[in-house]
Amino acid sequence: MKERIVELEEKARKLRVAIVKTLHKSQSGHTGGSLSAIDMITALYFHKMRHDSADPAWEGRDRFVLCKGHAAPAQYVALAEAGYFPAEDLMMLRRLGSHLQGHPDSKSTPGVEVPTGSLGQGLSMAGGMALGLRLDGKENRVYALLGDGELQEGQVWEAVMAAGHYRLDNLCAMVDANALQIDGEVAKVMNVAPIADKFRAFGWNALEINGHDMAAIVDALDMAETITGKPTVIVAHTVKGKGVSFFENKASYHGVPPSDEELPRALECLGEECK
Amino acid sequence: MSSMIATRDAYGETLAELGAENSAIVALDADLSGSTKTGVFAKKFPERFFNMGIAEANMVGTAAGLSAVGKIPFVSTFAIFAVGRAWEQVRQSVAYPKANVKIVATHGGVTVGEDGGSHQSVEDIAIMRAVPNMTVIVPADGVETKAAIRAVAAYKGPVYVRLGRNKVPTIFPADYRFEIGKGCQMRPGTDLTFVTTGLMTAAAIAAAEELAKEGIAARVVHIATIKPLDREIVLQAARETGAIVTAEEHSIIGGLGGAVAELLVEEHPVPVVRIGVRDRFGTSGKAEELLKYFGLTPEDLVEAAREVLRKK
Repeated sequence: MKERIVELEEKARKLRVAIVKTLHKSQSGHTGGSLSAIDMITALYFHKMRHDSADPAWEGRDRFVLCKGHAAPAQYVALAEAGYFPAEDLMMLRRLGSHLQGHPDSKSTPGVEVPTGSLGQGLSMAGGMALGLRLDGKENRVYALLGDGELQEGQVWEAVMAAGHYRLDNLCAMVDANALQIDGEVAKVMNVAPIADKFRAFGWNALEINGHDMAAIVDALDMAETITGKPTVIVAHTVKGKGVSFFENKASYHGVPPSDEELPRALECLGEECK
Repeated sequence: MSSMIATRDAYGETLAELGAENSAIVALDADLSGSTKTGVFAKKFPERFFNMGIAEANMVGTAAGLSAVGKIPFVSTFAIFAVGRAWEQVRQSVAYPKANVKIVATHGGVTVGEDGGSHQSVEDIAIMRAVPNMTVIVPADGVETKAAIRAVAAYKGPVYVRLGRNKVPTIFPADYRFEIGKGCQMRPGTDLTFVTTGLMTAAAIAAAEELAKEGIAARVVHIATIKPLDREIVLQAARETGAIVTAEEHSIIGGLGGAVAELLVEEHPVPVVRIGVRDRFGTSGKAEELLKYFGLTPEDLVEAAREVLRKK
């Protein structure tokens, strides 16, 4: 297992490099929230989820909804790494005619289940998927990744209430709690704490982890699968911009790509040789 | 005297029939299943009915999720909430991905009655019509509602169906065939054409009968599918009769009148008079009183016909 964790950590490092290069090329997109979410996305795509890049519509697949759709680059690099489309496509992110839209679009990108990007809507769709799969007696699980700022949207709590009410134990939500949003600290803009207690109050099983500790992420995802009769939320405390020291914990890097000058420094931080 | 049935009752009955025919059909409601008549389906198929509580945004998103795993969700609440409260969910989670979600809203228009302006949706057709990928249908009676709901279930993609609260006269024969996107000529005529939707089509037929007594031949064209609009039947009416009166239980802005005016101004300009709610909110009262109050009676249509003929 230890080797597996090391492999996943290396995969996440590689995907961070891809995120930085992709966003540098597009010169548009969300760096901080992509880097904070990538460890969880790595664990989902390369450890936990059953999926097949050769058959994106495979009925046996688990579903993933990136509720915080602005972290699309993090999902795109994982999809490319998993083989859903060629890695060169990443260089077309956000360009006219590209299948990689600014925010996830299920009509455009293989492996994207539903469109997100307007915050607050993803968990409702994930809940609907979980209801439908359970209705058909299927074992597939549904994973939803939210931001902590996103929890300010009222619809999130409607969805949390419904998932608790319908006891959707095939649904696992993860909160990328990087504590920052566009206008500053989540706690100052509009405090959402305590997150885990709020979910518990709606009938959820709640876990809290360090969202950059790969072993902890894997453990939490494994544990979530064993919980019956209620959905699970994994509140993952993360660092916005994680891995690139001068991006870390800066709200100002929410929607800013790396500049030409920043790129080599960012790659150096990630242990990548700069060409 | 024709039979009277509320379009929402026809919906409830048909949805329950469809539920028996197709196990992929599921229904969602937001605490109004008795009023929207999804309760009929809920009673027969409790495991496929999801009451989402008074939380329309999540209801629409949940429906989108259900459609993403192969279900055919019918989502119902009052028009004001389906379109108003959940507009951006309809846009982003349903229309944008072309999800196979059917939004069947009841209590459209001013005939909601006593509940008043807060509950009377007079903008929903305009709002839904503006959303890409969305099909918008407003049936005229129970027969057409049944046929339309069946067509909507068979069609793959998002649809908004607007139904009413009150009983309305049956104007279509039992063997009526409904096709999405096709208008229906209810009565021939050469002097002008009433282009109408929903319960205003029955009013237009009554108005045409009244005008016939004066020797005025008014054609009546019923448009159930406001989007995509049957351009040909409207253009033909404009070419052959040279004057159009539109009528709808909705704002004159952006609904059927808007759609017809947009088409004619580009393709075949003729005098048009739009009958509808004139950029106002609704108010409490009895349905019949409100139709008079907002100028939506056969008498108002006769008057509009005279006006449009003067402009011809």
